[in-house]
Amino acid sequence: MILNMGPQHPSTHGVLRLLLEIEGENVVRIMPDLGFLHTGIEKTCEAKFYQQVVPLTDRIDYLCPMTNNLCYVLAVEKLLGLEIPPRAQWLRVMLNELTRINSHLVWLGTHAMDIGALTVFLYCFREREDVLRLFEMVSGQRMMTSYFRIGGVALEPPLGFFEKVKEFAGRFPARVDEYEDLLTHNPIWTMRTKGVARITAEDAVALGASGPTLRGSGVDFDLRRDMPYSSYEKFQFKVPVATEGDVFARYIIRVQELRESIALVRQALDGMPEGPTKADAPKVVLPDREKMKTQMEAMIYHFKIITEGFTVPAGEVYQAVESPRGEMGYYVVSDGTAKPYRVHMRSACLANLQTLPKMCEGRLIADVVAAIGSIDIVLGEIDR
Amino acid sequence: MPLGPAITDVAQLKSHPALARILAWKPAAVEAARYDRDELTLSIERSFIRDVCALLRDQAKCPFNFLSDLTCVDWYPSEPRFEVIYQLLSIPNRERVRLKVRLNGSSPVVESVTSVWPAANFFEREVFDLFGIRFSGHPYLRRIQMPEDWEGHPLRKDYPVEGYR
Repeated sequence: MILNMGPQHPSTHGVLRLLLEIEGENVVRIMPDLGFLHTGIEKTCEAKFYQQVVPLTDRIDYLCPMTNNLCYVLAVEKLLGLEIPPRAQWLRVMLNELTRINSHLVWLGTHAMDIGALTVFLYCFREREDVLRLFEMVSGQRMMTSYFRIGGVALEPPLGFFEKVKEFAGRFPARVDEYEDLLTHNPIWTMRTKGVARITAEDAVALGASGPTLRGSGVDFDLRRDMPYSSYEKFQFKVPVATEGDVFARYIIRVQELRESIALVRQALDGMPEGPTKADAPKVVLPDREKMKTQMEAMIYHFKIITEGFTVPAGEVYQAVESPRGEMGYYVVSDGTAKPYRVHMRSACLANLQTLPKMCEGRLIADVVAAIGSIDIVLGEIDR
Repeated sequence: MPLGPAITDVAQLKSHPALARILAWKPAAVEAARYDRDELTLSIERSFIRDVCALLRDQAKCPFNFLSDLTCVDWYPSEPRFEVIYQLLSIPNRERVRLKVRLNGSSPVVESVTSVWPAANFFEREVFDLFGIRFSGHPYLRRIQMPEDWEGHPLRKDYPVEGYR
C-alpha cells in the first residue's frame, strides 16, 4: 500500500511530502517529494547587488539566520580579499553560537513533541525566547536578523547587550540539565530513540550527510575545528561524537553541542577585543551615520554603494560553515560587476534528507517520525 | 589578505594531491587548472568526469570521499554554455578541490556520478530541473523543485527573473 505523509503533516517540520510504501506497519520504501516551498532565491540573488543578497539569506533557513548571513558574507569577503577586524569576528562567533542554541532548542522541542514528550517544547521555547530577545536587541529583528554585513557587522551592539548575554550564559547550562532530566534517562524516550533509524558511517559519508547526522555515526568532523573560519581556531571547544548512529546518538550530540555553544559564547564574551566592527574599505562598507552627515567623502561613498553597489573582482569561491544542521556552503561566482553572477547554496538538509530512506526502510512507520526529527530538516533550506 | 594573482600553470600546481593523481592516471583528462583565492579548480574533459571522481574517491593518500556540492553555472550566450561544478572534500585530509565540466548549450549531457557518491542524486536532479542538463545513468532523473509539468528551466540566464507572463 502507498501511504501519503504530508505535505501538511505536523511531524514533517514544514511542507515535506513522503510517499511511504508500506506492508502492514512496516515501511518498504520511502520517496521524498520536495519543492513545495521553492521560492527561487538563487535566481533572485542574481538580480540584486551583493549587499542586497544578505536579507535573502536569512529567509533560506529561518531558524539559523546568522549562520546563513555569515556564510554568505564570508564568501563575498573572500572574493573581495577583505580583512575583517577582530572585534567583528568575535561578535560573529558569539552570535553564531547563540543562533546554534536557538536552532537546537527549536529542534529539541519539536522533535520531543513528535515523539510524544510535550513538556520539553514549553521549556525549550522559554530559553529560545531569551535568545530571540538578544537578537532583537542587537539587530532590531527577532528572526530575520541580517546583522552581519559584507565587511563586518551592521552596528556596534547596544549598551547593556554584553551584560544580557552574560546573564543568559550564566543561567543556560542549568536549563540544559532540565531538558536532560526530562529526556536522557526517560525510559519512554530511550525506547523510542535507541537503536532506531541507524545509519553507518560509510553510508552517511556516501550520502553526503553532515553535521550531527554525520557525527552521530562516528565520523569526527566539524568544519569549525577542522577548516576554521572567522577566528574559530582561536577558541577551545570539544566536538561531540557518538558511534551508534541512531536517533539517540544524534539527540545526545545536539544536547552536548548546546553546552559547547554556550561555553563558546562565554569565551567570546571574555576575550572580546576592542576596536572597530567594520573593515576599513570605504568603497564596500557603508560609512557611519554620523560621518555620512558631516563629511562629503563619506556621503559620496554612501550614495554610490546604495545606488550602484560595488564591483567585485571576477572569480569564484566556495565557502562552507558548520550550521546547526551540517555543512552550509555558498558558491558565489562573480563576473566583475556589482551583482553576483551566480549564488548557489549548498543545503545541509537536502543532503541529510537523502539518508532518510536508508534509515527507515524496513522499520515501523512510527520510526519515520523519529528519524525525520533526528535529522533536523528545515524545508526553507531544502527548497530555497 | 589582499588578493594574489591566480596561478593557472599546471606544472606549478601538480603537488596538489588531486591534480597529481589525475595527471598520473591520464594527463589528457585535465583541460586546465586554476588556483585562485586558496581554492583549486580543475577543468575536466567531459567524458572522463565519472572516472576522475571514482579515482579521487578511491586514492589512498588523500581520498576525496565526500561530495560537498554539485551545481551548475550558465554562461549564456557564450559557448560552451554550461559549467557543471563538483565540490569535493576529503574528510580525513581536510582538503577541498573543485572540478568543472564544460558543456555546450545545444544538448548538455554529462555522465552521472551517483554511482560514485549516492549523495549526487538530489543535487543532479536539482541541476536537471533548474538548468535542463541531462545526467546519463542517473537512477531517477525527474524534476525535484519545480512542478512536474513546468516548462523551461528557471536558473538559465535566458529565463526572466519574474518568469514568463
